[in-house]
Amino acid sequence: MAPRTLFDKIWDSHVVETLPDSTAILYIDRHLVHEVTSPQAFEGLRLSGRRLRHPDATIAVVDHNVPTSDRTLPIEEADSRNQIETLERNVREFGVPYFPLLSARQGIVHVVGPEQGISLPGMTIVCGDSHTSTHGALGALAFGIGTSEVEHVMATQTILQKPAKNMKVVVEGQVGPGVTAKDIMLAIIGHIGTAGGTGHVIEFAGSAIRELDMAGRMTLCNMSIEAGARAGLVAPDETTFEYVRGRPFAPKGEAFDEAVAYWKTLASDEGAHYDRVVELRAEDITPVLTWGTSPETVIPVTGNVPDPAAEPDPSRRRQMQRMLDYMGLEAGQKIAGTPVDVVFIGSCTNSRIEDLRAAASIAAGRRVAPGVRAMIVPGSGIVKAQAEEEGLDKVFLEAGFEWREAGCSMCLGMNPDRLTPGQRCASTSNRNFEGRQGPGGRTHLLSPAMAAAAAVTGTLTDVRELI
Amino acid sequence: MDKFTVLTAIAAALPEENIDTDKIIPARFLKTTKRSGLGVHAFDGMRYRPDGSENPDFVLNQEPYRKAEILITYDNLGCGSSREHAPWALLDFGIRCVIAPSFADIFNNNCFKNGILPIALPREVCTQLMDDARQGANSRLTVDLARQVIIRPDGKEVPFDVDPLRKQLLLEGLDDIGQTLQHEKAITTFEERRAQAQPWIPHIVLD
Ligand code: SF4
Repeated sequence: MAPRTLFDKIWDSHVVETLPDSTAILYIDRHLVHEVTSPQAFEGLRLSGRRLRHPDATIAVVDHNVPTSDRTLPIEEADSRNQIETLERNVREFGVPYFPLLSARQGIVHVVGPEQGISLPGMTIVCGDSHTSTHGALGALAFGIGTSEVEHVMATQTILQKPAKNMKVVVEGQVGPGVTAKDIMLAIIGHIGTAGGTGHVIEFAGSAIRELDMAGRMTLCNMSIEAGARAGLVAPDETTFEYVRGRPFAPKGEAFDEAVAYWKTLASDEGAHYDRVVELRAEDITPVLTWGTSPETVIPVTGNVPDPAAEPDPSRRRQMQRMLDYMGLEAGQKIAGTPVDVVFIGSCTNSRIEDLRAAASIAAGRRVAPGVRAMIVPGSGIVKAQAEEEGLDKVFLEAGFEWREAGCSMCLGMNPDRLTPGQRCASTSNRNFEGRQGPGGRTHLLSPAMAAAAAVTGTLTDVRELI
Repeated sequence: MDKFTVLTAIAAALPEENIDTDKIIPARFLKTTKRSGLGVHAFDGMRYRPDGSENPDFVLNQEPYRKAEILITYDNLGCGSSREHAPWALLDFGIRCVIAPSFADIFNNNCFKNGILPIALPREVCTQLMDDARQGANSRLTVDLARQVIIRPDGKEVPFDVDPLRKQLLLEGLDDIGQTLQHEKAITTFEERRAQAQPWIPHIVLD
């Protein structure tokens, strides 16, 4: 057999049938469901009298709409409450396993899946959410789907897909101090652009990637979608196996060993073909952040905001100017030192225990700058409990951060955590689109350590000055 | 799903790149549990001023483009989230066909699944069609899916590519699930084979 990539192997092992035009009926191992993109799918099943084929391959959780304040209080926003109650009715009717709001296991769907051992290497995983790519960090083929596809998976446990192209992003070398997985990923997106991965599945490789822990790999794969890719992948290795071992829904004992033996066969073969290869040197990557309203507007924290006048293409020039106006920035200004109003540490990109530790290491012994609202939103109840066991909550609270309940929170303006117009936010989330964190809000994407640095200095700051 | 065969309709030009799904339908409108009724919020941020009044400069607020059924943009239309609310909002507004040099993958898929035809054409061609779309009452294009051509107001034809399976489903107005369930035997066989080969794959059962 010709040498195959990790993607090819997972793909091949899940094709049920190939239709005449090369569309595959692809078998799905895990279907993650949340309250925003599922109601119309359940409604569709009900209307057509169809059943859910595999409730035991499905897990539901509430995350997008939930308040991150006191959970024992009723949910104030009527339409949020309605979506949550609709999900609860649906999971009961269709028999779907569900972590309710008051469960310790509740959290952001992309934090919960890996954490519970529900997402495993070699699997195909889908969810009605673009950041499903996160689970690719385990060496699983994971992608976001639309609500019609959610319904399709519910009814058939398959989706219709054409094979993606293979892309490899190689990062060799060792990153410098203060440079995290988030910086690596933002640097990659800055390099290839938000359409750079269109039609491809990106496999991340190279020594700098191998060095990353699972949380870091999840950060990378999470933002593959911001690079335009269908999914991101990291080949499963010892780091992966150790992460998976002992998770509640992972195989146990002999079954685990059998699984590992299989997972070890998944790595891309020597000489496998990639349609596109991009290489970066880890040493060239510095702490970075975004200045504009597209994730590709990445600059080093030591850099200056670009000048649209230097852009030859008129439509791009106009777009840059519009971003500057929206963001309230001047062409050419130094980005460091720009005052922030809000700091948000959370989201499926950066809300795992490792992220909170990184932020706490900067926050420890310092104070949030006057006038800055700084929020820590753990990715799940389990992350929150772990952080409290390690005393991180105290570090944050003493420094003047808010310590909140798990959910998507200020990653998107869908729950009570929102920016007000004109507010500038240093955010560890993945999207800086206009209005994403609330109408008129201004988002700078950066790493948890950089976000913590912004909180304690009150400005966008090079975290290396605080290490 | 409504069939898509031949569409003759007003086309509107929105000459921008990277129109993301938050622009098509901002996240705060995703709280619905229904598919319909999102049309009034389509392009909310561009279409309405902060006080809620219509922005007269926005093309879809102008005649005859309020009745546009074809939308032409530049690269990477529909980037951003996977929300199907984006095509639902377009469809509810009345859009049945989107034309751009490129589309974000998930958005492209979601369009087909909701009876909207996305057509990818080179940027120069999109620019020409945008010129057609600026002719007010004469901004009608005809999209003939069976023949895979767009007929411009001057009668010239622009051919386009479309995936044959997708085309068939659109022409027949067929739902994907019904089609896949015709292969149910193969799915069951696959499941049995896999349960033997990889018996360690856990079931998710809560106690
Ligand atoms: S944290 Fe943000 S990106 Fe992640 S699932 Fe929630 S809303 Fe989507």
